[in-house]
Amino acid sequence: MTALTLAGETRIGNLSFAFDLSVKAGETLAILGPNGAGKTSLLRVISGLLPLAEGTLNLNNQVADQPASKTFLPPHLRSVGWVPQDRLLFPHLTVAENIGFSPRATDALVAQLLEALNLTSLTASKPAACSGGQAQRVAVARALAAQPAILLLDEPSTALDAESQELIHGVLASQSQVATLLVTHDLSEAGRLADRTAIFSAGVLKQ
Amino acid sequence: MKRFMTTVAGLTVALLALPLLGLLQRMPWSSLGNPLTNPATLDALRVSLIVSLLATVMVFLLGTPLAWALARVSVPGRRFIRALIMLPMVLPPVVGGTALLFALGRQGLVGQWLNQWFGITLPFTLAGAVVAAVFVSLPFYVIAVEGALQSAGQHLEDLEDLAGTLGATPWNVLRRITYPQVLPAMGAGLALAWARALGEFGATITFAGNLPGRTQTLPLATFLALETNPEEALALSLILLVASLGVLVGLRDRWMPTS
Repeated sequence: MTALTLAGETRIGNLSFAFDLSVKAGETLAILGPNGAGKTSLLRVISGLLPLAEGTLNLNNQVADQPASKTFLPPHLRSVGWVPQDRLLFPHLTVAENIGFSPRATDALVAQLLEALNLTSLTASKPAACSGGQAQRVAVARALAAQPAILLLDEPSTALDAESQELIHGVLASQSQVATLLVTHDLSEAGRLADRTAIFSAGVLKQ
Repeated sequence: MKRFMTTVAGLTVALLALPLLGLLQRMPWSSLGNPLTNPATLDALRVSLIVSLLATVMVFLLGTPLAWALARVSVPGRRFIRALIMLPMVLPPVVGGTALLFALGRQGLVGQWLNQWFGITLPFTLAGAVVAAVFVSLPFYVIAVEGALQSAGQHLEDLEDLAGTLGATPWNVLRRITYPQVLPAMGAGLALAWARALGEFGATITFAGNLPGRTQTLPLATFLALETNPEEALALSLILLVASLGVLVGLRDRWMPTS
């Protein structure tokens, strides 16, 4: 089953980015390409933070964005989990509250993710008390606790300690039902986690 | 140079403290309770509390969306709109009251329709005193909250975006992410607005009059008492002084840094 298909174009100012990709449930597609090629724009289009200028985005067999038919599903109605590069943990909430933020998160799932990512000792701590690696694990757990059909990872383990990298890769590898888009600079990470690779160049993404 | 500056600074502080000392020195401490049990004084206190608290609620309800829109929505003429909102801070309150009278009075621009269609009359009523207080105190709250939203900037908007992708509706994002980030500014803005509403004089007397038990607030009662019963005026001033100091102490971390 195809969880995500996207053929279209988006514009930011006078920059234009064209996408053509599809990802099946349980599959991981790595996106490679230089900075400024449009990788972050791609993730924003899929999560509903940036509209398509033309084309169609299907998520979970549902049209999520199609300017021609004026269809646009807002972010909170898309089944997407996003791990942004700068993590964006909610500073006023504890680690457990961050992970359980999504209305789709259950207590059991939060507890399971805390355990799997070795975060139980930080349950009641605020993000400010976390190291870089711990904060990244919280960001991954928060996205997974939302039980997404599509997981968007923006440089998930770049410059992380070995333990965090190991734990994050372990948890990601166990997500057999989720379609994952992995934006990375790290070829070895792409090789380890991804089933396929797509390259962004000159504002165009092709598989 | 340093000596000159510190001398002038010292004299200025003395100048600011002097009226306060004058007030406290003449305060009839032993008989302070007498004016405070006077029914007219209690009426003014009651009217002041009702007016200032209702005004603060209105400031919160109207000012929160306004501050948000000022910080987040880019509309043409935004600088002009901001200047218009800040105008009551620099406008002589009597001018504000006069303007309210010509806008919302019985024969006013909008007031005539309020009267004709809904039977609502604002001038010389308690509701009118609330409107006057909202008019003068709203900018204090809006400035505080808009400033906090501006300084939280793109990072706060990124947090809100992320909360949306996790399934939170826009209202939930506002409640669970945006508000907690600007809550201290909201509290400080409300405290300032309340203090400004409590001390309001010019716009109130012009638009709502000075009707004991209905629109006569503490500052109006203080002004009247000064003519007839200075002791009572001193006691009323003390109440207003304590309330103002209370707000300052409450905001000490923001306006009076301890370090």
